[in-house]
Parts: sequence; C-alpha cells; structure tokens
Amino acid sequence: MEHLEFEFKGSGNRQVDRQATLVGVVSSGNLEVMLENVDLHGLCRINVSTSAQGFTEIWQAVLNDFAARYDLADLQISINDGGATPAVVCLRLDQAMEEYLEALT
Amino acid sequence: MATRKWHTQAENRRARLLRAAEVCEGKIVPCERMTALIEKVLEPGDRVCLEGNNQKQADFLARCLAQVDPQRVYDLHMVQSVIALPSHIELFERGIANKVDFSYSGPMGTRMAQLVADDKIKIGAIHTYLELFGRYFIDLPPKVSLIVAHSADSQGNLYTGPNTEDTPTIVEATAFKSGIVIAQVNQIVEDLPRVDIPADWVDFVTEAPTPHLLEPLFTRDPAQISEIQILMAMMVIKGIYAEYDVNRLNHGVGFNTAAIELLLPTYADSLGLKGKICRNWMLNPHPTLIPAIEAGFVESVYSPGSELGMEDYVRARPDVFFNGSDGSQRTNRAFSHAAGHYACDLFIGSSLQMDLQGNSSTVTLDRITGFGGAPNLGADARGRRHASPAWLKAGREAQSGLTTTPRGRKLVVQIMETYREHMQPAFVERLDAWEMMEKTGMELPPIMVYGDDISHVVTEEGIANLLLCRTDEERNEAIRGVAGYTPLGLGRSHSVVENLRDRGIIRRPEDLGVDRRMATRDLLAARSVKELVHWSGGLYQPPKRFRNW
Amino acid sequence: MSDLSGLRRGQSYYEATARSRISGLLDSNSFQELLGPADRLTSPHLEPLGQPCSFNDGIIIGSGKLHGLSVLIASQEGGFMGGAVGEVHGAKLTGLLERAVNEKPAAVLLLLESGGVRLHEANAGLIAISEVIRALLSTRAAGIPVVGLIGGANGCFGGMGIVARCCDTLIINEEGRLGLSGPDVIETTMGVEEFDSNDRALVWRTVGGKHRYLLGEVQHLVEDDIEAFRATAINIIDEVQSPCLEPLERSSELQKLTLESLQQEHLDLSRRLENYGHCQDGTEIWSEMCIDDPEKLPLMDIPRFFKAVENNI
Repeated sequence: MEHLEFEFKGSGNRQVDRQATLVGVVSSGNLEVMLENVDLHGLCRINVSTSAQGFTEIWQAVLNDFAARYDLADLQISINDGGATPAVVCLRLDQAMEEYLEALT
Repeated sequence: MATRKWHTQAENRRARLLRAAEVCEGKIVPCERMTALIEKVLEPGDRVCLEGNNQKQADFLARCLAQVDPQRVYDLHMVQSVIALPSHIELFERGIANKVDFSYSGPMGTRMAQLVADDKIKIGAIHTYLELFGRYFIDLPPKVSLIVAHSADSQGNLYTGPNTEDTPTIVEATAFKSGIVIAQVNQIVEDLPRVDIPADWVDFVTEAPTPHLLEPLFTRDPAQISEIQILMAMMVIKGIYAEYDVNRLNHGVGFNTAAIELLLPTYADSLGLKGKICRNWMLNPHPTLIPAIEAGFVESVYSPGSELGMEDYVRARPDVFFNGSDGSQRTNRAFSHAAGHYACDLFIGSSLQMDLQGNSSTVTLDRITGFGGAPNLGADARGRRHASPAWLKAGREAQSGLTTTPRGRKLVVQIMETYREHMQPAFVERLDAWEMMEKTGMELPPIMVYGDDISHVVTEEGIANLLLCRTDEERNEAIRGVAGYTPLGLGRSHSVVENLRDRGIIRRPEDLGVDRRMATRDLLAARSVKELVHWSGGLYQPPKRFRNW
Repeated sequence: MSDLSGLRRGQSYYEATARSRISGLLDSNSFQELLGPADRLTSPHLEPLGQPCSFNDGIIIGSGKLHGLSVLIASQEGGFMGGAVGEVHGAKLTGLLERAVNEKPAAVLLLLESGGVRLHEANAGLIAISEVIRALLSTRAAGIPVVGLIGGANGCFGGMGIVARCCDTLIINEEGRLGLSGPDVIETTMGVEEFDSNDRALVWRTVGGKHRYLLGEVQHLVEDDIEAFRATAINIIDEVQSPCLEPLERSSELQKLTLESLQQEHLDLSRRLENYGHCQDGTEIWSEMCIDDPEKLPLMDIPRFFKAVENNI
C-alpha cells in the first residue's frame, strides 16, 4: 500500500456542518472517494491510499487538473484506491463533486 | 528441344490417391483410419492447409495430423488462418512441420513465441486473412487441405451450416491445383439442407468422433461494459457516426465497440439518428447488435462467420442476414473481408498500444498474436472508386491544399482507454512490436494498423481527428492531446493542444455536446446477456458460460 | 419485431451498489447511516497485507422507513472483497442486530452479498459469523422478523449462506445464488468432473434463485428490480404487523423458531435427500417434482416461470 498526500490552495467557499459525501466502491480497478468539510485554513487536502505503487506523478497530474477545475478550499478528500486508471479516477472525482455541489444547493 | 511434361502435378496427385487406396476404399473414411490416410497422402516438405479460424476448427484432423510418424512425414509447411489448438503447436514440437504462414495465434501466442525461441518454427509471414487467402492462389497453394464442415452426404457433398467461414476459399485453392481435400464432418446424412461445397472438390470425408470445436468469439457480456467505454461510445456516435453519415461499417470485437452497438437504440435514437447511421454492416452476428436490429437501426449484416447461440435468431431475421434456401446463415470470410475493405466507409477497433505516429499493435513482448482481419479492414482502400458521403467528407478533410483531384478516404478509428487495466499505458513511445521484430528476426515490426491509415483516435479524453492535421508535428500533438496521463499525454504542450481544439482537430466531450453524466450503464440497451435474450424474443441462446441464471 | 421490453426496466438490484440498494429499497431520504464512512471504522488487518481498506469495511448499516414503518437495515458491498466478512464488518452487523432487540423495529432487512469469511482475517471473521448468527437468533427470539434479500453478483455463500438460512424469510432474484461452498470451492476440492464452476448455467441450476425457490429454501422469487424487492419486503412486513396475531404465530410463512420447527426442518431435509439424493443436476430434481419440460425453466422470465411451476410447489 502507498499513502500519498497532496495539498492545494483554493478560494472556494468554506462549507460547514454537512455530512460526508462518498462515491464509488473499492475494488480492483476502482476506488472510493470521500469528501468532508474540514477547517484547513483554505487548503484542499487529498489523501490517497492505493494498492498500485509508484504512480505518484500521475496522481499529482490528475489531482492538479482536478484542483484547477474546481478551486476548492477547506475540503478533505480521502481516497481508497484499488488500482483504478486515471480515467476512472477522474470520473469518480467528478461524480463526488457533483453529488457534493448538488447537496449544497 | 526437350519436351516438357505439363501434368506432373496431376500425376503426383494420382500417386498420392493410389497410396491412399492402401488404407481406405472410397470417399468416406472411418475416423480411426484417418491418421493412416494422412500419412499415406502426405510427402515430406508438403504445404498443408489446416482449416481453423478463431471460430470453427478442424480439431479432429489436427489431432490426427499431430499423431503421424515424424520419420515419414516431416518438414511440412503449414498455411493456416489461426494457430489456436495445442495440436497445432505439437506439429512443430514433434518436428512434423517446421514452417508456418498464418494470420492469428491469439490463444497460442505465448507458445508460438517459445517455439520461435527454441528454433522449432520458421515463420514465413504473419498476414491479414484476405492477404493469406490471396497467397493460396499465388505462391502458397496447399498440396493437402484438412477442412471442416457440419455434415456430408454419401457422395461427399458438404454442408457447412452457418459457419462456412474459410472453407470455400481453402477448397478452391486446393482442389483446382491438383491438391487433395480431406474433410471432417459432425455427421454423414442422407440429405443435406443445402450444398456449400460440391462433392467433386472433395477427396475424403470422415465423421469425426466429436463435433468440431466452435468458439463463441464475438460474444461480449454487456455486464462488463464500463462507464468509460460508454462515454467513448457516445463520442463516437455523436462526433463521428452522425457527422460523417456513417452507414456502411465494420466493428472490431471488444467491449468498446459492443458499447457503441448497445447505445444505438438508446443514445443514438435520442439524437434522431435512426435510419441515418449504421444501416449496412460487415460483422459477425454480435449478440450485442440484437437490440439495434430489433430497434430498426440495422438493414443488413453480412458475416465472415456466424456466432454460437445466434443461429435461430439469424434464421428468424432473413431480411437482415444472408441466409441460404434452407434458412440457415451462409457466411464467407474472404468475401466479407473484401466487402469490409472496399464497401465499408468505416472501421473501428481497439488495440493494446499506440505510438506517436498512430501506429498500433496488439503485440506484447512474450506473445506473437498476429493480426486476424483487422489490418485489411483498418486500412484505407486505395483502389476504391465509388463515392459515398462519409468517404467524400473524410477525403475532403484529408486533402491538403496542393492536390486538386477529388478523392475519398476511409474512416479508420481506433478507440481505447488511455490506460488498460493494471495501469498499462495504451500510448507508448515505442511499440513492443519493434522489440519483437528484433528478437525474432522479422523484416517488419508486426503493426496492426499503420498510423497513416488512421483517421480518428478516440479516448476518454476526446476525439483526435488526424485527417485535419497538416504536419507530422500536428499529428503528434493531436495524439498527445487525447493520450491522457500517459507519458505521451503528459508531454503535451497545453497551448498547442488548445489551438488544435480551436481548429476542431481535438474535441473534448463538452466540445461535442456529450454530457458525461449520461455515461452510465443505464444508457445501455441491454446490461446483461439475459436482456439480450429478451430483446431477441427468446431466439438468442447464449452459450452456457455466458449465463447467470 | 419484438417490443422494446429491454428498455422498459426498473433499477437492477444485481447491478446496484450496497448504498443504492438501500436508497432504492427504503422510503426516499429516510435512511440514517450508523458508523458511516466519516467514522473511518476500517479493518486493521488489511493494510499489513497490502490490501486497500474501505471506509465502510464493506457493509453499510443504519435505520430507515419502509412504507412508513421503522426498520433497521444492513447492506453488504459485494464489490469490496466480494462482500467477505471481516472483524469490523461482522461487528457492525452483530451490533445492528443487537440494537434491534432494544429498538424493536418492525423488521430487520439484511441485504446479503458475500462470499463468506474474509480469508485475510480468518479467525476473526469466523468468530464474527458465529456472533452474527447468535445475534440474529436473539433478534428473532425477541419477535422481530429478520428478512434476507439476496441478488448480487457475488451471491451469498459460506458463513453468510448459513446466516441467510437463519433469517425468517428470504427474497431472491433469479440471478441470486445461495449456498454453503461456492462453485469454485466445490470444483477445487472435488474436481471438475464433480462440478464444473465454469459451466455457469449448471451453477445457476444448482445454487441459483429459481432452484432455491423450488426447493423451498427461499420463500420469495422476484424480478431483478429493486422495486420488486421493496414491494415484496413491504408485503412480508405488512402481514407480520397484522395486529390480530401473537408475535410468534404472526405469519404462516415465517418460520417459527421452536424445537418442533427445527425437528420438522430436519425431517424435511432427510426427506429431500431421500427423494433427490440420486439426482446429478437441478433439472433432474425438477423432473422428479413433475414439472413439465424442466430444461426450459432456466430461460423463462419470472411470470412464465411461476405459471410453469404453480402446480408443483
């Protein structure tokens, strides 16, 4: 298992007092993504636990693009990964954000 | 001037038949005499065609051939579409044969590589089907062909049933060049439903102890189609089929193309495309095409071979398929691939690796897999002279300013997720095919589809239209622009890619108006084999390995 | 041309995740999760073995409303390690059943999808299964019906197969499978001649929903549609809730948990062995049951299946 941590500075609005959002299932080639509001002084922190080792650079690239797409702050994103491809990772992240943003409105 | 003899081949044939008469009388041979007969008929160094495609197999005759005495029969030169059975490999391990010209060796790819490494096999060349068939009539006519049919009558007429496949081609090349044709059949009957091969082209027939093998190679379980594949299929339908009015086409086999087939009655229908796209097909009867046929998308399907379990469904849809007077399907791989090459406007398929030039290959380092039919279908037909809207539009796009002669272009589409499972990148700097070439001493890298034949590359990131690229650099950047987070994709220049996007060379789902959120399995017309059975009105009878009820 | 029935369909139970099964089954927005993902109650055993963990440890538990009635519910996620039961997973399920004794909901719904004990946590998983069984029987003894629902891709096998048969009543779809040893296990230990686990049609004729229904091990066979599972569960609970019946005699269809009922069960089982013990295949048993054209049963849709067997069960 490999544990990776990424932090991004964002300006998105801080939301509090809401339940965690979880999408996806941990299985071979798949992952679960959990979103939680946490006071991180404006940061968005992403923790990845993955069974596929040695792909830090690819995670960095995928998450850079993700962070740039949504501009998030005070959000803790936790990922349990069973070796998903970047395509699946992007899809789950977008689904999680969609569910998260839907619950805000 | 010495008189030249003009009948040596016929005399040789007579000599072989005389030797055969030592072990059997007449045309119908008991199966237990078959190995002895083959031994009598063959001579060392013969070119032998062993019928077998990735569907039906002359498996009994293959076993008989593998049992001959290698002291008497050796150094055979095998010519065959597919190397698929353990007995095929045994021929080389036992020294019965030492050379092969073939098309495909999917399931035996690893053992083939081992035979090459052990110097037990010499590969003449790896071909596409139509190319190998062509050589049967030019420089590789078989001396003896071991073929397979469904049934025979006492005269030796053959009925091939829905899976005619390669049989007529092989028999034609052998019987009309003084060769000898030996057939295995499942049963010998009084009356055949129809005659697919006339008796006077066939020398010997045997009733095999077990029915011949038949692989359901073209069955894809919709349960395994992923959301990513659905997203890509939506892009193909909206961004290619609709835009080019693609009506005459061929699909490769795989989950990517199965997804397209299953989106026709749902997504394509919602775009108002019924009757406007996907009407005439060159395709095995894919079970995943059933919903599109039932929904009225498909007008006709001509097939290289049938598909196990689809027989009754095909029989009940004679307006769509090519069926004989007996009602069952007639297939023909040679005609199908000629049709696929010249009469189809589009081919779409997947492969395992693509390089920056767009060359693609299914070769990996330890497996010699071959090509099958894809290179013939996935190639621009330079000899084509008839026009169609899709062909003309592609031709216009491909034309750079200098040429003024109008000419069309085939659409050759490669569809693949940027990473395969276990994080294997689909886009690579250098194809494994090059290393395979170096290791085995081939003259060419085994490339499935050449980059200059490819018109579009589709990945989860979007579509790259290579027709519109004007320089090699542009093509490279267009491929990088859809290569995702692979090393090739990460090497892209964002500004160049954005420029290509402005020019419509790269199109993202949002550029195409494809809503990613719709890309769920609910969009599939059938999510399981059971739903395919329901669509077929109970006519489709899936092989037991595809059932989960 | 056949109609477009392939398109008119409900939400597949077989395809759904554990979470979407719950939301499809219960009254909308009524589910309250207990020990949800944010509590991070994950398995301590997987990380040392290089296996990814899941925030739910493969099971979602909580409370909600079914047709207005309070129920407790658990749903195993087959996608995560085949729904296999580990220490935490089992403890969540046990805790839910124990909570039922205190809370007295109208029923406990167990959405079962599991290959059995998680091999990575062997002993802890085995103990967990026995704790689940004990808790389940206590719940039933307290007069709270436990309804099992089976219909996911991984079936319900091993220890969870036993748990399933401890429930008051079971609902299954034809894709669902119920058994003790899974098909692969049987093939591995007894040989492919005994049981070919790749012959999927044979697997379903042996452990599939229709066969389990015909044998009487499962009381309700439904279409692969979450709505059909929901409707059946509502019917069961409505019947149980009927006020004119005493708790332990509420329904003829719920198995009573008494010494007599267990003895009767044993008698039925030995009779079954006597009647069908010589059969090699599900179709032979159906033939013994005097069902016409037994080989046609597997391909029938549910309404036609009921019609074909209505006089034989």
